Amino acid sequence: MLQVEGLSKTYNKSSRARVRAVNNVSFSVEKGQIVSLIGESGSGKSTIGNMVLQLTKPSSGRILFGNQDITRQRSRSSLKEYYRKVQGVFQDPFSTFNPIFRVDRVFAILHREFFPNEAAEAWQQRVEAALLSVGLTPAAVCGAYCHQLSGGQLQRILIARALLLEAELLVADEIISMLDASTRIDVLNLLGEMRERGLSMMFVTHDLSLGYYISDRVIILYKGVMVESGNTQTVFSDPQHPYSRSLLEAVPRLDVRWDELPPRPASRHEAAMFNPDCDKGSPRMEQIGEDHWIAVRDCLPGTEL
Amino acid sequence: MRLKDNDILHYALRNRKLRIGLAIIAFFMLVMLAGPLFARWEARERAGLYPSAPPNSTNWMGTTKMKEDIFSQFIFGTQSTFLIGFLAGCIGTTIGLSIGFFAGYVGGWFDELLMMLTNILLVIPSIALLIILAAYLPYRGVQIQSVIIGCTAWPWVARAVRSQTLSLKQRGFVSLARISGVSPLRIIFEDIAPNMLSYVVMVFILQFGGAILYAVALDFIGLGPTRGISLGLMMQEAFQNNALQVGYWWWFIPSGLSITLIVSGLFFLNTGLDEVFNPKLRDQ
Repeated sequence: MLQVEGLSKTYNKSSRARVRAVNNVSFSVEKGQIVSLIGESGSGKSTIGNMVLQLTKPSSGRILFGNQDITRQRSRSSLKEYYRKVQGVFQDPFSTFNPIFRVDRVFAILHREFFPNEAAEAWQQRVEAALLSVGLTPAAVCGAYCHQLSGGQLQRILIARALLLEAELLVADEIISMLDASTRIDVLNLLGEMRERGLSMMFVTHDLSLGYYISDRVIILYKGVMVESGNTQTVFSDPQHPYSRSLLEAVPRLDVRWDELPPRPASRHEAAMFNPDCDKGSPRMEQIGEDHWIAVRDCLPGTEL
Repeated sequence: MRLKDNDILHYALRNRKLRIGLAIIAFFMLVMLAGPLFARWEARERAGLYPSAPPNSTNWMGTTKMKEDIFSQFIFGTQSTFLIGFLAGCIGTTIGLSIGFFAGYVGGWFDELLMMLTNILLVIPSIALLIILAAYLPYRGVQIQSVIIGCTAWPWVARAVRSQTLSLKQRGFVSLARISGVSPLRIIFEDIAPNMLSYVVMVFILQFGGAILYAVALDFIGLGPTRGISLGLMMQEAFQNNALQVGYWWWFIPSGLSITLIVSGLFFLNTGLDEVFNPKLRDQ
């Protein structure tokens, strides 16, 4: 349902220096699928999320939703139609709510912008039903200010908001990274329930275990470039790209001491990554298994790896 | 919010600077509103029997060289000085806020254009511009003076508001409003502006006081209202008639003292409000 093709975003730092935040990224999200974008800070994962939400304009590439290139249509009516189907939840719940208004203002805005003909009472009932379905008591959250609620409650309000719109795709940008451990799992399980209902999700995270827990497919990003993608099980059990390997190794383990980790054999790709004879531009994705792709760099003929 | 309101009110009532400022401004508001009941003459009317008479039972603040009643002049002068401050303050604040909000929110070439305009106006010494504009107008009333001052006083407001908007624009609630299909105009006025309300109030107070000082400066160099009276005009006339040298203290003290008091009152109000709104500046 969502296809991203050759998406790039370049920021001009100064007249000469440019930052390629996202470099030639392509992937797709199918109906009812959860796709995780995993990467460290600065890997471009949030920028991709923002481009899919049309909050940031891509420098090049296409974003197709239902076979329509949404980067080309920017009229307010088509944008609104798009937001009925594609919604987002952001990282910091306390900044997503305007601190000087009550939290239920987000529902009032939806009512005004998307369902102006619906009677106030019918709408109120739908809001309460949506809040109940994300495990919140309507009376407890309506009328509160965001500083009076917990981060988990706020994120669930935002998920309820997406439910009210009957969104088809949810861009979840680090939505649990600012929650404490006890509320994390509730929100995470809620997302799982949403998938059961057929909601697709783009799950942006830096946390490998979260990505593993929830997603069907993963895309690992490094400095704006896709380095490995594929089925979650395959990628996590048999990572091929050196960056994904070091990422997985960097997860502290309970059973092995850091200095007792076995040395890691260098792979062909790792050598290519650091060899000056190899192409420094954006790598191409090579299929190495069923639904398992890895970035490779083309090297000059005769280069020894 | 109710909780927060009470908090602000609590600090507002306890802040000494705010109380001093409010007391001074309230006093002059009283002079302005209740004064006309006691003023027995028009500002330019021949009121007394003698020219340059010191305060007496008929003319409570004495008379000028032209036998005008200084008490009446003081009442009506305070009125027009407040009017200039209010009108010019409104104009300057409105222009500065609009330009700052739109430049900051829209960004891109629109921002560059507006900021270019702002910077040009910022480097032109505004008093020189005011002199030129005022000198070419055949008739100058209080309203025209306010417009001239208001239209030249906004650049720093625009720059400050733009930078605040740039920072607020990055906040999550603006993104949420955008993916809720809210129009840019609504985002600016319903999401961004309310978060800057305390700042807007302070900007207005500063513009108010600044406009009064500019008006006094214009009056004093002879470019004040061609008709009517203001505190600045009273100062200028006293100065031109060597009131200081010949010892007519009742002529220049009321106007000079009230200008100083009004502007210091506004300053106290502004600093006090700053302390109330900004928890880092509170003493307690």
